[in-house]
Amino acid sequence: MAQHKRIQNSNQPTPVLDRQQAVPALIPNPTDFLVVGGLAGAAQELCALTNDGPNVYGLGGAMGAATTMGLGPALAQPHRRVLAITGDGELLMSLGSLATCAVLNPPNLRIVCVDNGHYGETGNQDSHTGLGVQLDKIAAGSGIPTVFTINTEAEIPEARKILNAETGLCFILLRVKEGSALKVNRSLDPAFTRNRFRMALLGRP
Amino acid sequence: MSEHGEVTGGATWPDELYDLLRANGVTQFAYVPDAGHKVLINRSLADPDAHSISLTTEEEGVALAAGADLGGGRAVLLMQSSGVGNCINMLSLTAGGRFPFLTFVSMRGDFGEGNPWQFQMGQATQKVLEAMGVIVVRANEPDEVIKVASAAITMAYHSGMAVAVLLSQRLIGAKKF
Repeated sequence: MAQHKRIQNSNQPTPVLDRQQAVPALIPNPTDFLVVGGLAGAAQELCALTNDGPNVYGLGGAMGAATTMGLGPALAQPHRRVLAITGDGELLMSLGSLATCAVLNPPNLRIVCVDNGHYGETGNQDSHTGLGVQLDKIAAGSGIPTVFTINTEAEIPEARKILNAETGLCFILLRVKEGSALKVNRSLDPAFTRNRFRMALLGRP
Repeated sequence: MSEHGEVTGGATWPDELYDLLRANGVTQFAYVPDAGHKVLINRSLADPDAHSISLTTEEEGVALAAGADLGGGRAVLLMQSSGVGNCINMLSLTAGGRFPFLTFVSMRGDFGEGNPWQFQMGQATQKVLEAMGVIVVRANEPDEVIKVASAAITMAYHSGMAVAVLLSQRLIGAKKF
């Protein structure tokens, strides 16, 4: 099969982590956060980790939404930690959202990108990160104050500390192999999940 | 108003509109800058109780507004009509999730436009919004802005609808070329 050429000066190690182990290891406490999960793997994983819990708004479309959608509750709920979790394909579509978040710099927002280097939902085509584009460098260049990259299991405890620290906008790049995400039978009704999220947080739909 | 489509001088509606939005609990002002929104942007920057959110593209504001609602907050999106085209797919989040949504759109390619590049998106703005389930109301004259904005606030935040207020070039002035 014909393929794009890799970017020559990219020096990232080959991904070794399995997302089905790495994501729960990074986020063992998903109910501690208000979560916006981007399509498709990231939303599926956080829904699976919470058994389709009310604190997760999992997107099934609106590609590119997750990071700026996470900014909304971060600003509205300054005393809650908000996790915007996305994939490489979605984040590549909304790179500017990193700049928008960095300028606002909400101390309670955590951005995690599960980067498998592929468009997993559409036939596993190489994404730009799979060809060498480095989202951690883009996040740092956007002005996100704390950027951390996970290539191996050894880095997960440090990343977990950053994610759970009291304050500080951060971006964590979790580099994983190709492979399916954890899944649960989750509601794909965007209005139902909106009302469920608000009922749990605010006591009203 | 100035020749750059910038509302200045005697126009009082921009300040009144900012006060009206704040009085209705709006704390997140998201925008891609436009001269027609200059007063609102500057007021939000100076307001210690509001967030002034400069976007890199308008669709970020659609997602942000839905997120604000998830968190129990209220956002408005301020954009030029050309930015409406950047929002199309993201408005599927608004419609599908039945998120309240309020946007103020300063028009180009409209009344007295002197730049032919602006007409395609300007003339498609209302159709595009309506195709994505957004209710469109329009303000043409300074003395109707607050009345139209009040109606839109009720429709968005009390009835949970998605509403766009188009601010005509009759109102904000056509940029001179």
